[in-house]
Amino acid sequence: MSLSHPIPDRLQSPLARRLKSWESLLLLVAVAIFVANCFASPYFLDAWNLSDATFNFTEKAMIAFAMALLVIAGDIDLSVASIIALCSTAMGAAVQAGVGTPGLVAIGLGTGLAAGAFNGALVTRLALPSIVVTIGTMSLYRGIAYIVLGDQAYRGYPDSFAFFGQGYVFWVVSFEFVMFALLAVVFGVLLHKTNFGRSVFAIGNNATGALFSGIRVQRVRFILFLLTGLMSGIAAICLTSRLGSTRPSIAMGWELEIVTMVVLGGVSILGGAGSIPGVVIAAFVMGLVTFGLGLLNVPGIVMSIVIGALLIGVIALPRLWSMLRWGA
Amino acid sequence: MSILKARETILAGAILALLLLIATRFPAFVSPGNLAAVFNDTSPLILLALGQMVVILTKCIDLSVAANLALTGMCTAMLNIAFPGLPVAALLLIAVALGTVMGMINGLLVWKLDIPSIVVTLGTMTIFRGIIFLISEGKWVNSHEMSDAFKAFPRAELLGLPMLSWIAIVTVAAFFVLMTRTALGRAVYAVGGNPNAAVYTGIDVGRTRFAAYTISGALAGLTGYLWVSRYAVAYVDIAGGFELDTVAAAVIGGVSIAGGIGSVAGAVLGALFLGVIKNALPVVGISPFWQLAISGAAIILAVAFNAKAGKTKGRIILRKAETAA
Repeated sequence: MSLSHPIPDRLQSPLARRLKSWESLLLLVAVAIFVANCFASPYFLDAWNLSDATFNFTEKAMIAFAMALLVIAGDIDLSVASIIALCSTAMGAAVQAGVGTPGLVAIGLGTGLAAGAFNGALVTRLALPSIVVTIGTMSLYRGIAYIVLGDQAYRGYPDSFAFFGQGYVFWVVSFEFVMFALLAVVFGVLLHKTNFGRSVFAIGNNATGALFSGIRVQRVRFILFLLTGLMSGIAAICLTSRLGSTRPSIAMGWELEIVTMVVLGGVSILGGAGSIPGVVIAAFVMGLVTFGLGLLNVPGIVMSIVIGALLIGVIALPRLWSMLRWGA
Repeated sequence: MSILKARETILAGAILALLLLIATRFPAFVSPGNLAAVFNDTSPLILLALGQMVVILTKCIDLSVAANLALTGMCTAMLNIAFPGLPVAALLLIAVALGTVMGMINGLLVWKLDIPSIVVTLGTMTIFRGIIFLISEGKWVNSHEMSDAFKAFPRAELLGLPMLSWIAIVTVAAFFVLMTRTALGRAVYAVGGNPNAAVYTGIDVGRTRFAAYTISGALAGLTGYLWVSRYAVAYVDIAGGFELDTVAAAVIGGVSIAGGIGSVAGAVLGALFLGVIKNALPVVGISPFWQLAISGAAIILAVAFNAKAGKTKGRIILRKAETAA
């Protein structure tokens, strides 16, 4: 608000613009962390270790892709971790009823879609602010998991179900990582190369303007909530398969880590700007930080300080820099 | 708006109806003694909900309140171990000061760097929690390590009510004056109602938000000491997820997440609504595991209801455009 930039007398060259972009800055951070990790621990640079490291972020990143679109369109979904709990509980209950792996996958995806549709309907049909709706459904979905499970846990998932979270496609490349890469491409194309992606940006910048230019604003927003629910379902399948059990506290607190990932990836929390490559790099940054500190025996909660500082720092530093530069 | 139609009246009616419903089966629940106990149990939520309300009124949100509470609580508990002779008044002062400083950090980041409030407080939330782990090395501070005076303060009775309840009552009264009788109160509403117009009337939007965060932080600090001394335990995860309860209380109480709309009475009633449900569930014989789902449903219903109630106000020129925005 208080920052006013003088209009430059010439445009930057495309190369300079690309070099100064958020993604390049973030990539630099990622490389720096990678190098620091190599020096910090002799165990870091090992193919299997690095493969293990990817599990730190693949499930969260899948949801972060959909969340990025949602945030760019000016909404937010804080219920994603609770949707995971709900999907996992539904699959756990199905296992007790003797449902096989294909059925479990269908139930996981279906529950995710239904939860996303409920969020989307509340936000678009009743015109409620998404942050409040999803704070509500966050309690509601996880609450249902608690009602069903209480202090119990579901176990006994079929062996074939273990592939989604524990399987490897070849050598050290896990199924989850392939899924993550595939979804990154799908969401990258969806956001940056399609009409749908353009309308997401348009809605985030000016919803009323988008409506007047013929975009079905409410429908696009509804689809975005649906997509976020679906991604949460996929993440729930992977996570449940990896853990091999369901507790109602599964994926607790993930919503904030996912939002952190999205914002770190350069998506404006106010909507209208952001990119999928940015989110992909942010996923790697967060995964590398967590894993590298883990190798150094730093407890998880201390890593959260680093993540929190990273979140504020990456946003504050450019602003501080421009304040100093323009003397705001 | 007539007093009968006011949101606060409807919510108060809902709480009364809830109490009556419980009373038909479990008359002991509505005995004055038990109601006072329910109020006392809800006091921390009332304190934090008031702070959250002020922040939300300025179009911001404070997700760091619970972490602030936990960090302040841990600090006071550790101070109590290190200096058992330190009087409670000094501890209270330190708690409020610590909380205030943390609130100011949030406020400065929002004010001076113009970072969206949800990002700032998400970050400080994880940082504060992490710091608790660093200073306590992950250990618990248990009841037997705390001095008796430390634990006795919130329980000390005055005119039949514990100190904790009195602090809540005094704070509610102070907030009533602050929000309806002072320039800062008006500024808070103005900033949330229309930040651009507020600037033209000479209100510093950033500074008002800074003040709101400072108030919220001070209350979180105060509650931090009260929480730890009341439950006589301090560890990293105390009041985990409580920040969302404070938002829920404010929203159920009719505080608009878009800012500018809300009242002290509403926030207090919203907190009491959640408090009555929490305390009634075990009495009625419903598993406490239902509480989360019920409060979630209550939030959705409340916000849907508030949106309906607010819709008639204002002139709608283009209906579709209004809903899209």
